[in-house]
Amino acid sequence: MSGDVRLSRRRFLQVLASATGALIVGVGIADAADAPVPMDMLGDALYPLGMYVRINPDGDVVIGARDPDTGTGVATSLPRIIADELDVEWQRVRVVQLGLGVGNNNGSPQWLYGQQVGGTGNSIPRAWINLRSAGALARWLLMQAAAQQLGIQANRLRTEKGVVIAPDGRRLRYGELASAASKITPPQNPPPLKSPDRFTLIGQGVGDVDAHGIVTGQTPYSLDQHFGDAVVAVLSHCPWPDGELQQLDKSATLAIKGVIDVIELKPEPKVPPGQTVIAPAVAVIAETTWQALQGRSALKLTWKPGASGKEDTAALEQEATSLLNSDSAPTTRVRDDGDVDKAGKKAARRLDATYYQPWLAHAVNEPMNCLVRLDKTSATLYVPTQAPQQAWSVVQRLTGLAPDQIDIRLSRVGGGYGRRLDHDYVAEAVLLAKAVSKPLRLFWTRDEDLTHDYYRSGFVHKLSAVVDAKRHISAWNQRVASASAQNGRGVHSEQLWTSEVDANQLPAGFVPNYRSDWFSLTSALPRGPHRGMPHTANAFAVDCFIDEIAHAIKEDPLDTRLRMIGDPRLVPLTGGGAIDTARLANVLKLVADRISWKDWLHSVNGLGLACWYMDGAYVAHAVEVSMQGEKLTIERVVCAVDVGRVINPTGLEGQIAGATLDALSTAMNLAITVKDGKVQQSSWKDYPLASMAQLPKTVEVITVPGDGDPAGASFLAMPTAVPALANAVFRVSAVRVRRLPLMKELMRLL
Amino acid sequence: MAQDHARAISGVEITSIAVRPGIDVQINGEHYRHTGDPQMPLLWYLRDVLQLDGTKYSGENGVGGADLVLVDGKSTSAIGVPMSKLVGKPIITVEGLADSKGNLHPLQQAFIDEDAIGCGYCTPGWLIASMDLLNRRKDPSDSDIDTLPNLCRCGCQTRVRSAIKRAAAAMKQGSKA
Repeated sequence: MSGDVRLSRRRFLQVLASATGALIVGVGIADAADAPVPMDMLGDALYPLGMYVRINPDGDVVIGARDPDTGTGVATSLPRIIADELDVEWQRVRVVQLGLGVGNNNGSPQWLYGQQVGGTGNSIPRAWINLRSAGALARWLLMQAAAQQLGIQANRLRTEKGVVIAPDGRRLRYGELASAASKITPPQNPPPLKSPDRFTLIGQGVGDVDAHGIVTGQTPYSLDQHFGDAVVAVLSHCPWPDGELQQLDKSATLAIKGVIDVIELKPEPKVPPGQTVIAPAVAVIAETTWQALQGRSALKLTWKPGASGKEDTAALEQEATSLLNSDSAPTTRVRDDGDVDKAGKKAARRLDATYYQPWLAHAVNEPMNCLVRLDKTSATLYVPTQAPQQAWSVVQRLTGLAPDQIDIRLSRVGGGYGRRLDHDYVAEAVLLAKAVSKPLRLFWTRDEDLTHDYYRSGFVHKLSAVVDAKRHISAWNQRVASASAQNGRGVHSEQLWTSEVDANQLPAGFVPNYRSDWFSLTSALPRGPHRGMPHTANAFAVDCFIDEIAHAIKEDPLDTRLRMIGDPRLVPLTGGGAIDTARLANVLKLVADRISWKDWLHSVNGLGLACWYMDGAYVAHAVEVSMQGEKLTIERVVCAVDVGRVINPTGLEGQIAGATLDALSTAMNLAITVKDGKVQQSSWKDYPLASMAQLPKTVEVITVPGDGDPAGASFLAMPTAVPALANAVFRVSAVRVRRLPLMKELMRLL
Repeated sequence: MAQDHARAISGVEITSIAVRPGIDVQINGEHYRHTGDPQMPLLWYLRDVLQLDGTKYSGENGVGGADLVLVDGKSTSAIGVPMSKLVGKPIITVEGLADSKGNLHPLQQAFIDEDAIGCGYCTPGWLIASMDLLNRRKDPSDSDIDTLPNLCRCGCQTRVRSAIKRAAAAMKQGSKA
C-alpha cells in the first residue's frame, strides 16, 4: 500500500506499509513518486529510511534526521517537530541520522529527502511546515485505524502520548494500530496541523539526542568511522594555492615501515564553476596514521610560489584603506536611500571612523577528513560535511558513477562554521583512493587545516554619519572593502557583494539618507562562507559607530539607539518582509534592564550594548567589563533573542551562549596574517581560541516568547557580542578599539 | 595477564601472538599488548589499533585538549606520550569513565544535565580534564576551573563550568550517602 497527499506543487507526503507491520510516513519530493520504493525501507533496515517517521508495532517511533548536525542541535529539534505533531512521548523516539538521499533519474540525481544542509542557520525554517505535516498525517491515519476498530467516528477520538483515546475511555496504542493505519488511503488534502496551544514538545527544553553517546565516547564522527582495510593518507600542501612542486625526494619517506606510497596531487585543470579547486599537495599513504605522519615528516620537498607569493594581508589592508579614501566608484552601490551628499552639506555635525577586521580561519575542531571506498560500481564515503549534495557532486565528477551508486554517509560533524560547505578534502580523498586502488582515509593535520582554509576576508569599513540639529542621525554613508567569499565561484561580479554586506543591515531603513557602497578587493587567498557572515563583520563597525555617535552628542547610547529605532512600526526590507521595530527595541531594553543599564555612566565597570536584526530574528547583547591595569575581565554578558516560536529552549540557549563565546573568542584573539603568500598561523598556539579563563563565567540568555514561524538561530548571537564588548571596553578604558583582534589593539592603545 | 586476555577474547589459543614481545598497557581496566612501534603515540594506538575513538585528535603539539586521557589519574595529552612510556600505567579514556555496568559518572551526567555540549568533538577532552580537576579538588573554585587547558569553538565553556560545579555537588552528596 502506498499513497500520497499533495502538500504543494512540489512537496508530498508518502505513506508506506512495512513488511513487519510498521507505518511509515515520509516527506518526499514530487518527482520521487515514480521511483520504486527501496526494498530496505519496507523491511527492517533503518539506513535508507528517508526523512520519515516510522511507527513500529511495539510502539517505538523512529525518526530520520535529514540535515547534518554540526553541533546546532538539528538532529534533536527537527525530529521533535514531527514527534509533537504526532503526539508521542519523546522517550519512545529514536533518531536516526540519515545519509544523503539520492536516486537516479535518467542519470541525474534525484534528491530523495529534499535539500540536506546543516549549519547555515535555516534548517528549522526550511522544515517547519513539512515536518509538522508528516507528523500530522501519521496521526490522522492512526486515528482512522482506531475509528474502524472501535466503531466510532474519528473526529470523536483524541490522542495523547502515543495512544488514541475514545470518549468512553477505551485506549489503543499507536503500535497496535500501525499496521492497520498503513493500509488506509491518505486524505485528499493534508490533515490540519495542531493549534500551537496544544504543543507538548515544541517549546519544552530537551538535551541533545546524542548527549549520552558523546559523554561516553560512543558517538562516531567521520574520523571515527572505519573500513577495516583502509590505508591512511596525510598531506603536505603547497603553501601557495597557485604554486607548484619544485623538488621531491621520497626516499626517506618510502624507507619508513608501513609507508605505501608518496603521491603528488595536482589541481585539476578544469573544475566546474562553484566547485572547489584543490591546492597542490604531496600525499603520504601508509598503513596507519602514525606511519603516515612519520612519512610526512621525512619528506624532502620544495615548492615554487605562483603569483600569490606576493600576497600580504597588511599590504592588502593598506590598499583597501586607500581605495576607500579615494574618489573611486564602488564595485557595487548596495543601497542608496534619500540623498546622502545633500544631507552632508547641511550637517550640524559630521563624524567619521574607520574600522578594521582581520582575516579569519574556520578553526573547526574535527579536522578535514574523508573515508572512502571505491570500486567499479560504487563509492561509499563517510564525509564530515554541511552540504552532502555538494560532496556528492564532487564524487560524481571524479568517478563518473551513476547518481545512486554514490553512498554518502553522515556522522555527527565536529564543527562546521561554513568550512564544510567546500569539499576540497573529498576531491583529494577520491583522487588518492583511485591512485592507490584501496579504501582510504584522508586526514588533515592541524597545520594543514589552519594554513589551507577558505578564509574569511579581512574588512575595512569607512563610516560617516551626519547628526542634525535635533540630534537625529540624518545621514549614514558606509564604504566597505573586502575580498568576496564568492569570487571565483561562478557568481556574477554584480552579486559578489551579497556575502559581504547586507542591504538591510542596521541602520538601513532607520536613517533617511543612507548609502552603502562595497569595494571588491583582489586576493589570491581562497575564501569561503564563514559563520554569521556578512552580519558579524558589519555589526562590529556599525554598532560601535552608533556608540561613537552617542558619545559625540553626549547622550546615553541606549537612548540614541532607541530614538533611532523609533516608534513601533514595520520597516520594510528590500526584497520583502519587514523589521518589526517593537521587537528590536524589546530585545535591546531587555538586556539593558538585566544588566542595570541605568547605572551605565556611574558604574566603575564598563557597560556596552549592541542590537541587530538578521533573517527574521532579533538579538541584543549587553556586556560588563572591568579592568585592573592591563587585565580585562568580562564580568557579565547578557543576550536577548527573539526568534519567533522556539522549538527547543535548551538547544536555543546553548546556541546563543555558544555563539556569544565563539564571537568573543574570535574577536579578542584571532587573526590570520599572510606574508609572502604564506599563512603564518599553523597551530592552536598561533591561532589561540580563548581559554576558559578569558571568557565570561556565564552568558545570561533571555528568550522572548513568540508565536511567529521559527527563525534560525545557530549564529544569531554572533554579530552583537563583539560591538557590545568593544563599547564596554570604551566605557571602562576610554579607548575606542576600531581594530580586531581586540586584545592586541587594546594593549597597543593603552 | 595479556595471554589470558587473548585467549578469553578469541576463544582459541593464539600462541604466536601471545608470546610476541611488546608493551603491556592497561586501558580502562583491560590489558593489551602493543607489538608495534614503541614510539607510536598513545592517541594512534587508541584510535588506529584499538578503535577506541572517543579520544580525539586536536593538534600535533597536544594543545587544544581533545586528546586528553588519564594516565595514573593525571590528565595527559595522548598525542604527546609514546607507548614506550606507558608500561604498567593505568590509562582511562572517555570510554572508561562510566562504571562496568554502564552507569554514568556524576560528571558525565552533569555534562548531559547542563547541556555542556556543542558539536561534542571536544567534549571527551573536557571530561578528562574536569575529572583530573575533581580528583585534585573536591570543591573546585572558578579559578581552579579557569586552569582547564581545553579549547572549544562552539562555546561550551560556560556550560562546562556549570557542569563541573554540579558534578562536584553530586559527588559530595554521593560520598555522604
